[in-house]
Amino acid sequence: MIAELGHYTLILALITAFLQSSLTLIGAHKDDFVLMNMGKPAAIAQFVAIFISFCALTHAYVTSDFSVVNVAENSHSLKPMLYKISGVWGNHEGSMVLWVLILSFFGLTVALFGQNIPPTLRARVIGIQGLIGLSFLAFILFTSNPFSRLDPPPADGQDLNPLLQDPGLAFHPPMLYLGYVGFSVTFSFAVAALIEGKIAPAWARWVRPWALLAWTSLTAGITLGSWWAYYELGWGGWWYWDPVENASFMPWLAGTAFLHSAIVVEKRDALKSWTILLAILAFTLSLMGTFLVRSGILTSVHAFAVDPDRGLFILAILIFFVGGALILFAMRAPKMSLGGLFQPISREGGLVMNNLLLSVATATVFLGTLYPLFLDATTGQKVSVGPPFFNATFVPIMMLLLLLMAVGPMLSWRQADFRAAIVRLWFAALFSAGLSLVFWLYNLDKPVTPIIGFAIAGWLAGGTLKEFADRVAFLKISLKKSLARARGLPRSAHGMTLAHLGVAIFVCGASADSAWRTEVVINANTNDTISLAGYELMLENVEQLQGPNYKAERARIKVTKEGKEVAVLFPERRFYSVQQMLTTEAQIYSTFMADLYATIGEGNPKKGWVLRLWFNPLIPWIWSGCLLMVIGGLLSLSDRRLRIGAPKIHHQPSAREKDGYENG
Amino acid sequence: MGKTIFIVPFLISVGIFIYFAIPIVKKSDPRIIPSALLEKATPQHNLPPLLNTLPGIKKSDLKGEVRLVNFFSSWCGPCRMEHEILMRLSRRSDLSIYGINYKDMPSAAINWLNELGNPFTRIGMDPEGQVAIDWGVYGVPETYVVDRDGRIRHRHVGPLTERVLKQQINPLILTLRKP
Repeated sequence: MIAELGHYTLILALITAFLQSSLTLIGAHKDDFVLMNMGKPAAIAQFVAIFISFCALTHAYVTSDFSVVNVAENSHSLKPMLYKISGVWGNHEGSMVLWVLILSFFGLTVALFGQNIPPTLRARVIGIQGLIGLSFLAFILFTSNPFSRLDPPPADGQDLNPLLQDPGLAFHPPMLYLGYVGFSVTFSFAVAALIEGKIAPAWARWVRPWALLAWTSLTAGITLGSWWAYYELGWGGWWYWDPVENASFMPWLAGTAFLHSAIVVEKRDALKSWTILLAILAFTLSLMGTFLVRSGILTSVHAFAVDPDRGLFILAILIFFVGGALILFAMRAPKMSLGGLFQPISREGGLVMNNLLLSVATATVFLGTLYPLFLDATTGQKVSVGPPFFNATFVPIMMLLLLLMAVGPMLSWRQADFRAAIVRLWFAALFSAGLSLVFWLYNLDKPVTPIIGFAIAGWLAGGTLKEFADRVAFLKISLKKSLARARGLPRSAHGMTLAHLGVAIFVCGASADSAWRTEVVINANTNDTISLAGYELMLENVEQLQGPNYKAERARIKVTKEGKEVAVLFPERRFYSVQQMLTTEAQIYSTFMADLYATIGEGNPKKGWVLRLWFNPLIPWIWSGCLLMVIGGLLSLSDRRLRIGAPKIHHQPSAREKDGYENG
Repeated sequence: MGKTIFIVPFLISVGIFIYFAIPIVKKSDPRIIPSALLEKATPQHNLPPLLNTLPGIKKSDLKGEVRLVNFFSSWCGPCRMEHEILMRLSRRSDLSIYGINYKDMPSAAINWLNELGNPFTRIGMDPEGQVAIDWGVYGVPETYVVDRDGRIRHRHVGPLTERVLKQQINPLILTLRKP
């Protein structure tokens, strides 16, 4: 009965989505405020209806109602509660319900918090948001009903893929969807602006909170996914240029470009049509992320649905929204007035470079991901593109971008004094040299290539720190006054500093890991000791365990350093009997400077067990760097300017303006 | 320049949509499409061995009995998922599985086999992926059923599952074995 209720409210949501889009769009066209104001109740109703539906599906999972096909195919009564719940979105149908739930949530936030946006623009944004909801609700109801019944119900379910039964992955899809779907709002804003045929600098400020929220969530989502791959898949790496990873990375790159070009729109009224194009691009790539995973075109762990009908339906949605938006763009964008002019060497110029490089990087990833598909479609030839391609193309582009990232924030708007900026970069150069030297001296015995990464990261970190120090006049005035200045800076400025530092820290981690990891594979018996990177690891015993839905062999490995015990690791090898699948559960001892990573392979008490041990230097820096980016994003999101959304009312000359800098 | 440049994004998107549509409209899901080489002899090749203890694979090695040929890589997640199934298959004494190690580092591949076990009776190395292209491999893992005359009879894209074995591969092997 509850499942039917869920199905029913999903249909209700479809109807409200239809009303939401038609009423507001017609209202905005006719300048009819009564119709436009229907957007808010409709958005609330749509969200509530989908929320009830989502709860109904969750209820079916929690109570293990195997008369629902979806539950029978993806759950099992013995599964721990956390994975019963995460099982809701661990499959195609359920994840689509989560998708539209988040979509309607974003529509709701525009309706509730977009008070400062002009009513016509707001109505159009809500209308387009409703239209996206309408198409995806139709997709669910016509091709992927999560509430289909099964008669007679099976005694027990088929369980969820054990690799997906993991806390990291339980929260990875919701975060990722928050990011993907968040870009629907920027898309709606872009299309609304195109319909109106004009775009004001304030537009960029209105759209910024949603863009930031989407970007921050996507960053968190990608990080969680990578973290999951790192410790769950059990082979020590954290990024594989897997097509599905790329599918989430491309909207991130485009979204990052959008965040930066929107600043130019807001401050200088320039780059408008380009910014609109990026907004469309970011959402297009998000939709393609959904499309690629679901159409079965790319084979991967993630591909849980192979169904040409679904692929065709999503392709139709993609063509309607992207094709439509781009036709509008071709018609309206040329008429948008050019904004402020600027010299090549200026903050704007720097941001244009940022945009160009990010776009080229996106294109590279896009080609690397889809080229095999294209070639197959045209010539029937089959090739594969692996990490070597991305290392040869993506990495150099990013290196250039990172080098410029230190310079950009130091340039002033309109026309910058390049020589003055260069002079200010002495600190970046010094920091870069220092950092790479320290890391080189500590790793003389290892390959030198990561040192390039450290030099670049040091350059970026040094430039970012120097820029911040100059803003607060660090050491030029008293520390107390500097602190007061720091407090006076807008939060978005702090956000930028943190996010850029996060990138630098991330680059350190990624560089070190690219060439400095050490790996030992050894056949060990109990009481055997293995030394690795200054640690002594002793296999104490291996015991048999019975988990809730699996059997396991668990090793106990004592880790000592210079005779002192520092940790005990319990890597496991699990056999999930329902899915007949084997997984390795790695165990990690993490210090801030490195990870000690252990997995156990095949073996028995007579022959011993295969132990696979890694020493991964600076891996924690990868996660810390990403975390810092997320914090930077959140801080920027909490900026007063965005919360109030109106142009500055109380104008006080603040420190930054006296110094001639603007916040980024 | 001028106005025309603004239509370029739309034109690019049309091109991309057409490319996307082709495999879907043709119903040619890459998992379902048979290899272009189906029913044909396996391509000419001579793959060097990965391990000292096991021989590599020549074209002539594929004749004589019905076999599975599995393309795998240590860097491939789905390969790890299917490995247990290959291990169980290899314990069946009547079926031999040949492995082709695709675009991999030999040391990584050897470690992988040490850790998870070796289900293969012959392993050839294809570090450049050249032979894989000849076979029509789209990505790893892929598994082929090769008959006594060394012809490819079935191609499975993606990890093997119990269901695939039961419904497709096992019945095929039985029919191919009939004299």
